[in-house]
Amino acid sequence: MSEIKENSANDNGKEKALFDAGVKDYSAAGRYYYDIGYKPTETQVLAAFRITPQEGVSFEEAAAAVAAESSFSTWTTVWSDYLVDASRYSARTYEMKPIPGHPDQMMAYIAYPLDLFEEGSLPNLMSSIVGNVFGFKPLRALRLEDIYFPPALLKTFQGPPHGIQVERDKLDKYGRPLLGATMKPKLGLSAKNYGRLVYEALRGGLDFTKDDENITSQPFMRWRDRFEFVMHAVKQAEAETGERKGHYLNVTAGDMEEMYRRAELAKELGSRIIMVDYLVAGFTAFASLSKWCRENGMLLHAHRAMHSVMDRQQNHGVHWRVWAKWCRIIGADHLHNGTVVGKLEGDRTSTLGINEMMRTTGTAKTEDCHGHHFDQPWLSMPAMFPVASGGIHVWHMPELVSIFGDDAILQFGGGTVGHPWGSAAGATANRVALEAVVQARNEGRNLHAEGVDILKSAARHSGELQAAMETWKGITFEYESVDALEKPTA
Amino acid sequence: MKTETFSYLPALTEEKIEKQIQYFLNNDWVVGIEYTSQPDPALAFWDWWRLPLFNMQSVDEITAEIEACKLKNPDSYIRLTSYDNARQTQVMSFVVHRPEG
Repeated sequence: MSEIKENSANDNGKEKALFDAGVKDYSAAGRYYYDIGYKPTETQVLAAFRITPQEGVSFEEAAAAVAAESSFSTWTTVWSDYLVDASRYSARTYEMKPIPGHPDQMMAYIAYPLDLFEEGSLPNLMSSIVGNVFGFKPLRALRLEDIYFPPALLKTFQGPPHGIQVERDKLDKYGRPLLGATMKPKLGLSAKNYGRLVYEALRGGLDFTKDDENITSQPFMRWRDRFEFVMHAVKQAEAETGERKGHYLNVTAGDMEEMYRRAELAKELGSRIIMVDYLVAGFTAFASLSKWCRENGMLLHAHRAMHSVMDRQQNHGVHWRVWAKWCRIIGADHLHNGTVVGKLEGDRTSTLGINEMMRTTGTAKTEDCHGHHFDQPWLSMPAMFPVASGGIHVWHMPELVSIFGDDAILQFGGGTVGHPWGSAAGATANRVALEAVVQARNEGRNLHAEGVDILKSAARHSGELQAAMETWKGITFEYESVDALEKPTA
Repeated sequence: MKTETFSYLPALTEEKIEKQIQYFLNNDWVVGIEYTSQPDPALAFWDWWRLPLFNMQSVDEITAEIEACKLKNPDSYIRLTSYDNARQTQVMSFVVHRPEG
C-alpha cells in the first residue's frame, strides 16, 4: 500500500470534481456541434447528411451527434478535452433542411475544420466522415449525400492521371463520344478466344474494348496469357484500320504488388490503358495505381463494382455522387456512370448531374448540376470521361449523344457482340450510327425529333446498321428508379 | 483504311462539309487544315496547310483553302481540324479528301 502515490485526497468520494464529467447532449449550449447560422469558412470541408433519427431522438440532437462523432467528440466528456481548443476541432451543423415527402428525415449540413484531415489522404477523411458515425445507435439511418472539398484540401490531390483532353490527344480522336464494348461472356473464354473477340470488335470500328470487372486471373484464363493475346489483337486491329485502339486490361488483383506486376506487363506490351475495380481494391490501392499511371503515361479506367452495396438505399450509405467525386479527386481517367436509358439503376437527372461533376473543367462549378448540394470549383483538376455501359444498343444512339454530348464513352457490350453477323459487324453498326448522329447534330438537326430518320437513312449505306436495327427493335428497360431525386414540393 | 471521325460514313459531299464548317464557326472554334501522304496511327503530327485559319470567319474562305490544299497535294489525305481556345483543346478532326483510287 505504501507504494501507491497519494495524489488524491480520497475523501470518501466527496472530493470536488475538477472538470465537468458526465454525458451531455451533443446539441447542448456551450458545445459547437449544433450551431445553426454558423458561417463556414472558406477552408472548411462541407458535408450534406440525410439523417433519420431513432424515435424519441430530436433532429437537433441527431445532427449534433453526427457532427460530434465524425469529428472531435466521444460519448462522455473526458478530462483530456480540456487540453485542446474544442472550437478548433469541432464539426458544426450549420443548416437543417426538411426533405419533401420524408417527415422522418432531415438534411443536415455540417462544416469540418480543415485541420481534422491529412493532406492527400482520402482514407483519413473517410474514417472520420463515413466512419463509426454510420453505426451510431441514436440514428436509424444515415446517408452522406454530398461533400465539398475546399481548394486548400483539393490541391493536395492530383486527380486523374491524364484527363479528357490529354486522352483525346493520345488517341487522336476528336469531335465525338468514344465507343467501347465489354467482352462477353464474362467468364470462361480462353485467352486466344478472348483475343479474337477483342480483335473483331476493334477492327469493326470500336475505339476500346474492356475486360469485365470480375476477369482477373482465373484458371480458365491466366492474366499473362490474356494480356498477350489481347495486345496482339489491339495491334493487329490498329494496323488494319489505321486508327488508334485500346483494351482496358483489368489489373485488379489480390495485393498491390501483383497489381503493379500486371500493370508493368501491360505497359511493356504497349497497352495505352489499364483498368481497376476502384471500390473493391480500396482507395489506398487505387491511389497508388493512379500515381503509377501518371508516372508511366498510362490511362486508367475505373469500374465501380460494389457501388450499389453502398449507394442504392435512399436513407443509408453514401450517395453515388460522392463515390464519383472521390474517384475524380484520387484519379481515374474513365469512370462508369449510369446510361440513363439502359438496364442498370440510375435516376436520370441525378445521373446527368454526376456526369457534369465528373467532366467540368478549369474553374467550372457544379452548382447547376441536378442533385448537388454544393458548388464545387475543380480548379485545374483534370476531368474524367463518364462511361455509359449496360443494356444500350443502336436505337439508343440519338438519345445517348443528345444526353452525353461528345465527352463520354458509350459501351455497347451485348449491343456489339450480340449482332447477328458477329462482333465486327456489331462494332461497325454502332460506329456508323454514332457518326451519323454526330454529323446530324452538328448540322443543327433535332436528335430527339429526327433520331429515327437519321438512323434509317444511315442504315441505307450500312447493312451492319440495318441488321442491328432489326435485331433490337423495341428493346427498352423501363423501370422506376429505386433512388430517385425528391420532387420539390410546389 | 479508316481515318477516325466520319470515316464510317459515305464520303462527305461539299454541302455536308460546309455544314460542319458552319458548326465550327458558330462555336467560335479555330479551323485548321492538315495533310499527309502517309497516314499512320503512330503519326502524331500531320503537315499544316499554312497556319490554323485564325482570321477566317466564313465558310467560303475556308472551303477555298481546302481547294488550294487539294490542288497542291492531290495525293494526300487532307483533314479539317477545329480548336476551342476557351477550353484550350482540339475539338474536332475529320478527313475531307482522300487520294484518288
